[in-house]
Amino acid sequence: MAKIEIKSPIPGTFYRKPSPDSPHFKEDGADVADGDVIGLVEVMKTFHEVPAGVSGKSIKFLIEDSEPIMAGQVIAEVEA
Amino acid sequence: MAVKVLHPGLATTVQDLGRPGYFHLGIPIGGAMDRLAMRAANMLVGNDEGAAGLEAVFVGPKLEFTQDAVIAVTGAEMPVKVDGDEKPTWTAIRIKSGQVLSFDFLKSGARICLAIAGGIDVPEALGSRSTYPIGALGGLEGRAIAEGDSLPIGKAGTVKEGQAVPAALRRTPGNPAELRVLPGLYWHRITEEAGRNFFDDEWKVAPEADRMGYRFCGGRALEFVDREPPFGAGSDPSNVVDCCYPYGSIQVPGGTEPIILHRDAVSGGGYFMLGTIISADMDLIGQLQPHTPTKFVRVTMNEALKARADRKSVLNAIRTSLE
Repeated sequence: MAKIEIKSPIPGTFYRKPSPDSPHFKEDGADVADGDVIGLVEVMKTFHEVPAGVSGKSIKFLIEDSEPIMAGQVIAEVEA
Repeated sequence: MAVKVLHPGLATTVQDLGRPGYFHLGIPIGGAMDRLAMRAANMLVGNDEGAAGLEAVFVGPKLEFTQDAVIAVTGAEMPVKVDGDEKPTWTAIRIKSGQVLSFDFLKSGARICLAIAGGIDVPEALGSRSTYPIGALGGLEGRAIAEGDSLPIGKAGTVKEGQAVPAALRRTPGNPAELRVLPGLYWHRITEEAGRNFFDDEWKVAPEADRMGYRFCGGRALEFVDREPPFGAGSDPSNVVDCCYPYGSIQVPGGTEPIILHRDAVSGGGYFMLGTIISADMDLIGQLQPHTPTKFVRVTMNEALKARADRKSVLNAIRTSLE
């Protein structure tokens, strides 16, 4: 099965949930659609939503909640 | 002639070399964070070094040109594309009417400068076209560019298409990045050990870093020398009686996370400052991404002046190479 990478457009701090007490935007193994938000990147005092940008099955996150992230770094993989 | 904004990027603003002379009224100099990159971009396209271009942080804009133009992108390494074909950075490149300029993911550095032959011809505010978004001053209606905007472009001069700034004259932050500091201002407020720790520790750029100030975290907290708080300073040992803040000054609120004031700085307040980043290294700060490991390096006034002269000779070398 072909894997598609979802990359972060910006550097900052990656979050998997909209607020500390909320569930993850997407759990590992979930299916994603193009416009689904899969996380937030915090930079310059602003939180930016990261849309999946692709549709696919069984998302697998390669980065933990609250971890630093660079622009172009792979956040997750999905199966096409 | 105009350029249409199809996508603005994250925070893309019109910037030139800033508006000196109003800091005492609370209006900062502003202008490109990486001034050398903006000067070089302008030189490449035959503009005055102080012409207005775009500064884009982390994410490049997507722009459609409605007339032939020559452009140059300097500063951070971010692949430049014209109708999807990759083009070189730090080089004068031609764009035809109807073509779209876009960018790929940022590779290194933090901010690109985009110059367009003729310059971005927004009205001047207090002698500059730089955008100061917090004061809603300058640039395009005092704000970052937005989708659907049309950027007016001035009349272009003569341009040597294809000319490039030699790689040896471009500057990128090392890893760790090194920022040179002249201790001073309120250095006496911290203990000798705290002063040593500040230079020994490896710091990291905090995600909050922006045009107003660059915050750093990860080093040891500062210890202060005991004192009887002077009238108006308050009980927090990192506070002083309100004073003027220089550009590049390093304040450490609460003694924990140093903040370097940059181009859109506030002009005064009540935090002590342990020293100042030397002018030669201010451009470099604008190219630091969040989480970049950073060391502060102590220098003397003579070393700072030597570094300033060295930067001037690099600028002159770029001028000579593009004549």
